[in-house]
Amino acid sequence: MDLKVNDYTTDDGVTVITVEGEIDVYTAPKLREKLIDLVNKGKFHLLVDMEKVEFLDSTGLGVLVGGLKRVRAHDGSLELVCTQERILKIFRITGLTKVFGIHTSIAEAEEKRKSAG
Amino acid sequence: MAIVELEFSALPVHVRTARLIVTAVARRGGVDETLLDEVRLAVGEACSRAVEAHRTTCPDEPVRLELKAADGRFEVTVHDAVPGDDAAVTGPGTAADLAVANTPDELNTPEDLDFALADGTVDLGLAVIAGLADDVDVSATPKGVQIRMSWPADTVAAS
Repeated sequence: MDLKVNDYTTDDGVTVITVEGEIDVYTAPKLREKLIDLVNKGKFHLLVDMEKVEFLDSTGLGVLVGGLKRVRAHDGSLELVCTQERILKIFRITGLTKVFGIHTSIAEAEEKRKSAG
Repeated sequence: MAIVELEFSALPVHVRTARLIVTAVARRGGVDETLLDEVRLAVGEACSRAVEAHRTTCPDEPVRLELKAADGRFEVTVHDAVPGDDAAVTGPGTAADLAVANTPDELNTPEDLDFALADGTVDLGLAVIAGLADDVDVSATPKGVQIRMSWPADTVAAS
């Protein structure tokens, strides 16, 4: 299955990236290109919606870590929306739950961002 | 159940096909439905790792998988053809042990991860494999690196 990656920017200036399909060694470059493109356009606060991701491997994790490094270089943020246990398990196994902010919904992520900000 | 062997060209596009085949064989071999996701992901990681290794050293050589279900276990071995001088793989189980030992407790920022990946103490793919497979053995030989993974299976009912 092809990977579908779309994005939109909220009124608060957060760019939501919706990802649908399987993120693996074959498809991960598409997500990497999207993240690089957004950073190059000055979008430094990213929220990746992974609710429709069916598969994620370490290549995909590497792309997300790379994206996080890029936005942090601009004092930005990259957080995730994910409630799927099989995806969350991969973040736990690799210790990346400590590295990424992971939310249960886009609304929750926005709420936390407002209360923190 | 007879051994199933699979060979594929070392291209990223074929890793998904390998995952699908292994999942189908695992199901047929008596692996519980609740473990199939773990089999699929761990084998996919091992295949991705092999494909990456082949791309830089021997792109024309195929990646080889051996699947077997017997004696209550479903076992998958992923063979690459890259001579085992990979610094991350120094002996049976070593890489997997390293990956697990160094990921969950010590990483708090992307910079930590970047450092850990750069100095070779963390291999995310091996960390995932070690975290998902019931039993893992990584061995490096002059003919290549082999990652053997296994899970419990109801091989009696499946036969």
